[in-house]
Amino acid sequence: MKIELLYWEGCPSHPEADELLQSVLAARGLQATIERHEVMTQQEAERLRFPGSPTIRVDGRDVDPEGARSPPALNCRIYYLSDGRVSPVPSREQLEEALA
Amino acid sequence: MTLTLGSQASPFDLPGVDGRKHSLDEYDEAPALAVIWSCNHCPYVQAWEGRMTQIASDYAELGARVVAINSNDATSHPGDSFEEMKTRAEREGFSFDYLHDEDQSVAQAYGPSRTPEVFLFDRERKLRYHGAIDDSRDDQAVVENYFRDALDAVLDGREPPVSETPPVGCSVKWR
Repeated sequence: MKIELLYWEGCPSHPEADELLQSVLAARGLQATIERHEVMTQQEAERLRFPGSPTIRVDGRDVDPEGARSPPALNCRIYYLSDGRVSPVPSREQLEEALA
Repeated sequence: MTLTLGSQASPFDLPGVDGRKHSLDEYDEAPALAVIWSCNHCPYVQAWEGRMTQIASDYAELGARVVAINSNDATSHPGDSFEEMKTRAEREGFSFDYLHDEDQSVAQAYGPSRTPEVFLFDRERKLRYHGAIDDSRDDQAVVENYFRDALDAVLDGREPPVSETPPVGCSVKWR
C-alpha cells in the first residue's frame, strides 16, 4: 500500500493530518510507510495535481475524491465532515474508508 | 510587525460588502471594537465564522462592534475577491461589517499573520486582546472562549483573563 501525504508549509493543518493518519494506520494494524512531500511552488502544485494542503492519497487515490477536483493551488484544503461542518483535515471516517 | 498590547488602533477607511465605506471613526461610540482578519477561502475561517457571527450578534446588544477585514491577494486567491466577499457575506448572513483591504495597507499597519485573527480594542481603542477566537476550530470541543472572555472583561473595564493567544488559521496572502 502506497500512502502519500502532500502538504504546503503555509497551511498549519498537515501535522494534525499526519497524526490522524498515523493513528488510523495504527488502529488498523497497518504497517505502511507514509511518503511525505512538501509542495513549494504553484508549478509543482499543478504538476502534482495538488488541490490544497493537506492532500492524502492511498495507492494514488485521493481520500476525498470530490475535493480532489479543485484546481491546483497553494491553499489550505477544505474538507466536509459528515454533518456538513468544514474542516482543514479529512475526517477519521474518510481515512478509514480510504484504507479499508 | 504586529500591534502589541496597549497599542492604539490604526485608522482605516475601507469599502464594505454592504456598498458603504467604513472607517475606524465610525465605531467611536462602541465601548469595544474587534477587528478580525478574515477571508473567504480558508477552512479555518469557515469553521469559525459561525461563531464570529454569533459573537457579533450577542455583543451588539451591549454596544460592542465586530469588523472583519479581508486583505488577501485576490490575484493568487480569486476566491477572496471583493465580489466573492459580497456573495459569501450574503449567503452566510454575516452579522458584522466585512471590509476589503485591497492594497493591504491596513494589514501592514496591524500586522496579522493568520485568518482568523482577532484584535480587540477597548473604548480608548487600545489593544486589549490579540489572537484566536477560542481554543478549537471544532465548535463542539471548545473549552476556552478567549474572545468572549476578553469582550466581557473589556466591557466591564477589566483586563482580559488571557490577553494574547497564538492565532490558528491560514496565512495572510501577501502580494
